[in-house]
Amino acid sequence: MELLSHLSLGVETALSWSNLLYCLLGVTLGTLVGVLPGIGPVATIAMLLPVTYGLPPTSALIMLSGIYYGAQYGGSTAAILVNLPGESSSLVTCLDGHALAKKGRAGAALGIAAIGSFFAGTAATVVVAAAAVPLAAFALKFGPAEYFSLMVLGLIAAVVLAQGDIFKAIAMTLLGLLLGLIGIDVNSGEERFTFGIPELAEGISFVVISMGIFGIGEIIANLERDHSREQVIRNVGSVLPSREDYRRSWKPVLRGSALGTVLGVLPGGGAMLSAFASYMIEKRLAKDPSEFGKGAIEGVAGPESANNAGAQTSFIPLLVMGLPSNAVMALMIGAMMIHGIVPGPQVMTERPELFWGVIVSMWVGNGLLLLLNLPLIGVWVRLLSVPYRMLYPAILLFCCIGVFSVNNSLFDVLLAVGFGLLGYLFIKLQCEPAPLLLGFVLGPLMEENLRRAMLLSRGDATVFFTRPISASLLLIALLFLALLALPHFRATRKVAFAED
Amino acid sequence: MRISLVNSRDFVSGLLFLSLGLLSCYLSAAHSLGNAMRMGPGYFPLLLGVVLSILGLVLLVRCLRLGGEGENLLASLHWRPALFVGAGVVAFALLAQEQGLLLATLGLTLLSGLARRGAHVPELLGLGAALAAFGVAVFSFGLGLPLPVLPV
Repeated sequence: MELLSHLSLGVETALSWSNLLYCLLGVTLGTLVGVLPGIGPVATIAMLLPVTYGLPPTSALIMLSGIYYGAQYGGSTAAILVNLPGESSSLVTCLDGHALAKKGRAGAALGIAAIGSFFAGTAATVVVAAAAVPLAAFALKFGPAEYFSLMVLGLIAAVVLAQGDIFKAIAMTLLGLLLGLIGIDVNSGEERFTFGIPELAEGISFVVISMGIFGIGEIIANLERDHSREQVIRNVGSVLPSREDYRRSWKPVLRGSALGTVLGVLPGGGAMLSAFASYMIEKRLAKDPSEFGKGAIEGVAGPESANNAGAQTSFIPLLVMGLPSNAVMALMIGAMMIHGIVPGPQVMTERPELFWGVIVSMWVGNGLLLLLNLPLIGVWVRLLSVPYRMLYPAILLFCCIGVFSVNNSLFDVLLAVGFGLLGYLFIKLQCEPAPLLLGFVLGPLMEENLRRAMLLSRGDATVFFTRPISASLLLIALLFLALLALPHFRATRKVAFAED
Repeated sequence: MRISLVNSRDFVSGLLFLSLGLLSCYLSAAHSLGNAMRMGPGYFPLLLGVVLSILGLVLLVRCLRLGGEGENLLASLHWRPALFVGAGVVAFALLAQEQGLLLATLGLTLLSGLARRGAHVPELLGLGAALAAFGVAVFSFGLGLPLPVLPV
C-alpha cells in the first residue's frame, strides 16, 4: 500500500501542467537528437544544463530524463530508415531494422520498435517504483567494499557483454579509469597527470570525452563512407504491425524487457549493453538464425524493448545509490548537485515528491513518446532526408556549444578535438570506446571506495571476499568472466557482432 | 610480411596501450605510493598502469605469435576528414572569444565542410550563414550563451 501512496504522490507531481509540459519538451527534444546521428543525449543535456538552473529541481530532472529516453526512441527511427544509428544503443537495430525497411516493411519495424519500447518502458517503470524502497534499504548496508565490488561487477559485465576483442575492451576500461584520475587528488591535494596545465586541475569533464570520441570521432569515421549511395527509406508504409509480426514479437519483447530491466541496474549497464545482449539471445533462440541480419522482426523487437527498459532502470543506481551508470547519469548527478540535492539513498525520504515525480514522469513520457512517434513519423523522415553533408557541420556546432557550456571554457573545446582524433584512431583500431567512457565515469569513485575499504580493513585485501554482499557481487563478476571460457558463448558473441 | 605485421590493428593497439601504461606508471612514480592500508595518490594509478602495460604486452605477443591479418592500417586511415573536421573545431575554439559566435560558426562550417571531397564552397557559405543565424538566435538570445556575437 505504501507503493500506492508513493505512486499517487508521483502522479500528482508528474501530471501538474508545468511538469507535463517539461516532460513533453524533454521527450520531443530527445527524439529529435536521437534521430539526428552524432548528437546524442549527452550533448543535448550538456547544452540545456545551464537553462535548468532557473527551474524547480523536479521539473529540471523530468525534462532531462525525458531527453534521455526520448533519444532511445529517436535513435531507432534513424537506424531503421537510414541505417545510421542515431544513438549508440540503436546500433543493433540497424542490422534487422534497416533490412526490413529495404523490404518495404519500415512501418512495421518502426511500429514494433515503438510498441515494444512503450511496453518495456512501462514494465521498467513499475519495477523501478517497486524495487526502489527495498533497494534503498539494501544500499544503506553498502560500505566502501561493496561499492567497489559493485563497480568491478559493472565494468566486467560491460566488457564481457560488449562487442569486440576482450583484451582491448579491458585495456580501454583501464585507460578510462586512468583518464578519470586526472586532476587534483581529493585525499592528498596533489595534482596528478595534469602536466602542469591549470585547466586540467579539476579533471576533464566527461562531456569533453564523450563529445570528442562519440561526437567528433564518429563524424570523422562517418565521412569516410560514401553517403551519396545511402538512401533514406521514404516509403514507410503502415506503422501498424501485422498479426504475424505481433505473434513473432511478443516473446522477444518480454525477454528484452526483462533483460534490459536487469542489466540497466548494473553500473555500466543501461541501454546499449541491454540491446546487444538481447540481440545475442534472440539470435540464439531463433528457429532460423540465418534470417537475422536479413530482416527478422525479432531482431528489432527484442533490442528495442531492452534498450528502453535498460535506459529506464539505469536510473536506479543513480537515484538509490548515487552511482552513475553512464555518461548521461553522470550529467544527471551534476544537475542534481546544482540544485543542492546529493544523490543517494536519502533522496527518497528527503525529497519524495522529486523521487516519485521523476519515476512516474518516465511512464508518462513513454506514453507521450508513443503518441509522438507513430503519427509524427513523417516529420522525422523529412528530417532524415537532409543530406549528411549539411548535417554534420551543424552537429559539430552543437558539440562545440555543448562542450563549451559545461565550464564556459574554450580550452575544453580544444581538448575535445584531441579526443575526437583519438576516438577516430580507436574506431580504426577496432577498440570499442564505450568501456573507456564507463571507466572514466567510475574512475574517481572506484579509487575513493578502494582507499576507504582498505583503510577500514587495515590494509587487508580479503575484506572484499569476507563481506557477504561484496563477495556475492564479485562472484557474479567471476561468473560473467567464466561465460567467456564457454566456447558456445564465445561463438555466439562473435556471430552476433559479426560485421555484415 | 614484417611490414604488414607492424601495420596491423592489434600491433598498433598493443603498442598504444603499452606506451600509455608505461607513461602512467612513470607519472604515478612521481607521487607517494603509501601502503595498502593508507594508499597514497600514486597507488591506484600505478596499479592501473601496470595492468594496462601487461595487457598491451599480451596484445603484442598474441600478434607476433598469430601474425597480423595482412591488413594495412595506414592505408585505411583517411587523413582528409580527420584534418579538416579537427581544424574546423579548433578554428571555432580560437575564434569564439575574440571574433564572436557569428564568425566562429562560419569558420567551423567552412573548414569542416572541406572534409568531404568535392565540397561546394558557395553551398558551404550559405550553410554557414544559416547555422550562424540559427546559433545566435537559439544559443545567444535563447539560452544566454556567454560568448560575444560580434567581434569585440
